[in-house]
Amino acid sequence: MKTEIKTKKSKGGLMAWVDERFPLSSLITNHLTEYYAPKNFNFWYFFGSLAMLVLVLQLVTGIFLTMHYKPDAELAFGSVEYIMRDVSFGWLIRYMHSTGASMFFVVVYLHMFRGLIYGSYKNPRELLWLFGVAIFLCLMGEAFFGYLLPWGQMSYWGAQVIVNLFSAIPFVGPDLSEWLRGDYLVSDATLNRFFAFHVIALPLALCGLVFVHLVALHEVGSNNPDGVEIKKNLDKKTSIPLDGIPFHPYYTVKDLVGVSVFLIVFALIIFYLPEMGGYFLEANNFIPADPLKTPAHIAPVWYFTPYYSILRAVPPVLNSQFPGVAAMGLSVLAFAFLPWLDKSKVRSIRYKGNLFKRWIALFVVSFFVLGYLGTVPSNVWGQFSNSIPVIGGVDKATVVARIFTITYFLFFALMPYYSKKDKTKPVPTRVSY
Amino acid sequence: MKILTKLFLIFIFVFSNAGFANEHLTLDKAPIDLNDQASLQRGAKTFINYCLNCHSANYMRYNRLKDIGLSDNLIKENLLFTAEKVGEPMKIAMTKKDAKAWFGANPPDLSVEVRARGSDWIYSYLRGYYRDSSRPTGWNNTVFDKTAMPHILWKLQGDQKLNEEHHTLELVKPGTLSVKEYDALVGDLVNYLTFMSEPSKIKRLHMGYYVLLFLGLLLVLTIKLKKEFWKDIK
Repeated sequence: MKTEIKTKKSKGGLMAWVDERFPLSSLITNHLTEYYAPKNFNFWYFFGSLAMLVLVLQLVTGIFLTMHYKPDAELAFGSVEYIMRDVSFGWLIRYMHSTGASMFFVVVYLHMFRGLIYGSYKNPRELLWLFGVAIFLCLMGEAFFGYLLPWGQMSYWGAQVIVNLFSAIPFVGPDLSEWLRGDYLVSDATLNRFFAFHVIALPLALCGLVFVHLVALHEVGSNNPDGVEIKKNLDKKTSIPLDGIPFHPYYTVKDLVGVSVFLIVFALIIFYLPEMGGYFLEANNFIPADPLKTPAHIAPVWYFTPYYSILRAVPPVLNSQFPGVAAMGLSVLAFAFLPWLDKSKVRSIRYKGNLFKRWIALFVVSFFVLGYLGTVPSNVWGQFSNSIPVIGGVDKATVVARIFTITYFLFFALMPYYSKKDKTKPVPTRVSY
Repeated sequence: MKILTKLFLIFIFVFSNAGFANEHLTLDKAPIDLNDQASLQRGAKTFINYCLNCHSANYMRYNRLKDIGLSDNLIKENLLFTAEKVGEPMKIAMTKKDAKAWFGANPPDLSVEVRARGSDWIYSYLRGYYRDSSRPTGWNNTVFDKTAMPHILWKLQGDQKLNEEHHTLELVKPGTLSVKEYDALVGDLVNYLTFMSEPSKIKRLHMGYYVLLFLGLLLVLTIKLKKEFWKDIK
């Protein structure tokens, strides 16, 4: 809360000794026991703390994996199998890490969707949202670099495809992709630098960004499902928000319920479905990387597939793939513009009109359809018959991907118009609980 | 650099359709049961006697066979052909260069082959060989067309012929095993390969129950805790 910073000090003992030298008591007070959060958080508000939990799990399991993993093209694949077989509980640590990667995106996507439906990006939370988008970008990089490390066929060819995307950039492209790889093709040099990025550079950046994300959050306070600003209704005597409750103990105990449910899902996957039918660990990745054998079908892991679909859907212009690459980049960066695209007078979907609801529904459908299409080859549904004009002979899935690519972007591009035109409902002054 | 790129593209063209051409093939279900130790042991025996000459299992140590009920001594006396000590991995003597010259392709390491191909694929593949005089080995396969591997188990299975019309296989010359016995042998072998692809799986499936039981109790506890704290929030 943006109240005056309280400087609280303990009266005696060890705590007083610490408080003389470090603001421990006031930190606890300002950020936990007297940090007021709206009391009407629902299901969607579990995913922020869960994302923190997964981050910690990834860091800890990552440290243990690094103790046994060898970032060397000759040894990498074998060292992962060594972890799976010879390191005690290595299989558990590895599955926690591989499942954690996918679950990180699950919780982050749900966390972002929460922001989307309750307008958590709107004034005064624009910077909070931007830090979040930066975390998301960082996470995508982290996942991409990490995926090369097992050095399987999909690792190798996935990295080959993604790094080659940069060569589509006009003029500097080919040199740029060579510079990124450190070689003419993905090789030992690439593996070593990706390892460095994965275990040091990006985790550091991630932790830093998460810290500023939280600092920004505690400055402006949480939004809530009603989009009502709780700081506008303060208790006259204590100037505590009337709809606010201390984060600790109320939300710490509530988040523990979320953590328990999450861990049950997490454990079910780790112990019984670690490959998740090929979505979390792909069959092709159990074949060591072979620069001479291209797999028939190369697809990124599920969390990248909506953007990959957009890349494939955009046709080349003047023989250049650059428009597709640019569209893919824009599809991710588009989230950063939301605070300025949404012209609605209200924050929460509860008080927005049907226009906004329909567009959000269309966006979700687009995201899922594109996500599915990115996992399969583009000829999956066959081709349109040649007798049809314009689209005759074209892959059906490509046409569908193109349509949903357009709706994906229209959701963002038209937002200033439909959010303004939308008939909103009156917002109550207090939260509904 | 341009030549490199061209060579690269040629390689892609040649190899892209080689391994994964028959994607829509219907595969037979392999009889997998990781709790059937007798089957796993029979499979290990077949694997070591027939496969572990050309195919290595570099990530599998001999003494991991203790997980399927064998002792160090049993392993040492009956199964240890390619190593000195039971703690060593299942390596082979054939070099990659020789293999390439002799078979035209490198026999893949089989440590995690089941996780790459699936147990049903291998089960169907090993039962899908038929005589084909146009192939250098004299054998072809319904699951993996123009496979480089000769039919190693042919003495056991006998000769099959492809009925071109129905695309079915017919046994024309019986081997030393009946069809049922051969299928059982391959079933045991694939069961073993499945075990070998992830030896910790047996432990994993078992441990999962206890972890979930603990987490279930934790959930009950945290729900009660939450209710207790939240009852004064109105």
